[in-house]
Amino acid sequence: MTAFLALVSRDLRLALRQGSDAALVMAFFVLAVVLFPLGVGPEPQLLARIAAGVIWVTALLAALLSLDRLFQQDYEDGSLEVIALAPLPLEATVLAKCLAHWLTTGLPLVVVAPALAALLQLETPGYVPLIVAMALGTPSLSLVGAVGAALSLGARRAGVLLSLLVLPLYIPVLIFGVAAAEQDIAGFAIRPHLLILTAFLAAALPLAPWAAAAALRPALE
Amino acid sequence: MFESLDFALAPGGALLLTGPNGSGKSSLLRLMAGLTPPLAGALTWDSVAVTEDPASHRARLHFIAHQDALKPVLTVTETLAFCAALREAREDRLMTALERFHLAELADLPCRVLSAGQRRRLALARLLASSAALWLLDEPTTGLDDASISDLLAAISEHRADGGRVAIATHLPLPLAAVRSLSLERFAPRRSAA
Repeated sequence: MTAFLALVSRDLRLALRQGSDAALVMAFFVLAVVLFPLGVGPEPQLLARIAAGVIWVTALLAALLSLDRLFQQDYEDGSLEVIALAPLPLEATVLAKCLAHWLTTGLPLVVVAPALAALLQLETPGYVPLIVAMALGTPSLSLVGAVGAALSLGARRAGVLLSLLVLPLYIPVLIFGVAAAEQDIAGFAIRPHLLILTAFLAAALPLAPWAAAAALRPALE
Repeated sequence: MFESLDFALAPGGALLLTGPNGSGKSSLLRLMAGLTPPLAGALTWDSVAVTEDPASHRARLHFIAHQDALKPVLTVTETLAFCAALREAREDRLMTALERFHLAELADLPCRVLSAGQRRRLALARLLASSAALWLLDEPTTGLDDASISDLLAAISEHRADGGRVAIATHLPLPLAAVRSLSLERFAPRRSAA
């Protein structure tokens, strides 16, 4: 447990001291959402209709942008080898890195989302479902992303490969995340959508670290 | 890389791997660390194959690779403390490690301002911050001055006196007592005539 916490706090410390990486992802998220009213026009009804979808798609892209930070730097400077040779199982290492990644990427996205939703004129009942859905969905983005980041490690043009690997896997989170916010506005129940997001997270929590660790081992040989 | 290679390392023993570039010194160390699985043959510790319990094999070894694995924004102390916490080693080893490699006055500096030799010393100080029984050193003397090399040699002989084992890949003749030398070029696979 000491080792797990040490790994999380090291990654948090690295992210805070190299603040530009995390800030860049946030800036991308805000800027990309702000572009939509400029692109599709300022009509409130139109913006309200697409608000949840725009926020979710942009959040997916922002999360994708930050994934190469998960293993790439540690892999290049040899730190990943040092960490992999510690007694801590590689699966737990991946989980610790995902937790730190979510705290520095997913959580800030959830925090900023309401402000952007206001900008896009999201209808009032949609706020709570949007936030809850994002809080449930963004950890899955980090976990599933870790598998892609591990698989593309050391590959040429890893960024492109990573998006091809990971974006299709993000589709369930996108569909049910958007549906949660929109169904509530339309007056339908949102519980099933949130439950499916929870189920996706519950499946990713053990499976993704296991798969990512299996992908990291050959990269370290 | 190599074949018909057979050796044993007793407690307190030292193994010096020599050979020309590309003869497989680093590969053998990575194999001993369990990073690379052998194509054929087995690696055992006290006659138990390490593949049976890789976690406890990792717990008893410390591998110093070519790269120093330092983060530019972490300080010297943080780097060592992380390494110690990762292996759940005792905190008091930290100061010993800092002093043995003359890093105490650099303790609060971030790694980005260290020189190449200081970075190497910090990487080696990790050995003392963790309590591993087997040290695997890949060209540990790269970038070190004479004083630091003798610090390293002192640390190695103390480690061996405590029953620790060490395997070093090097092209420099290191003056170590009772060392077993293994020249890897003798074990290069014989190519069948084409």
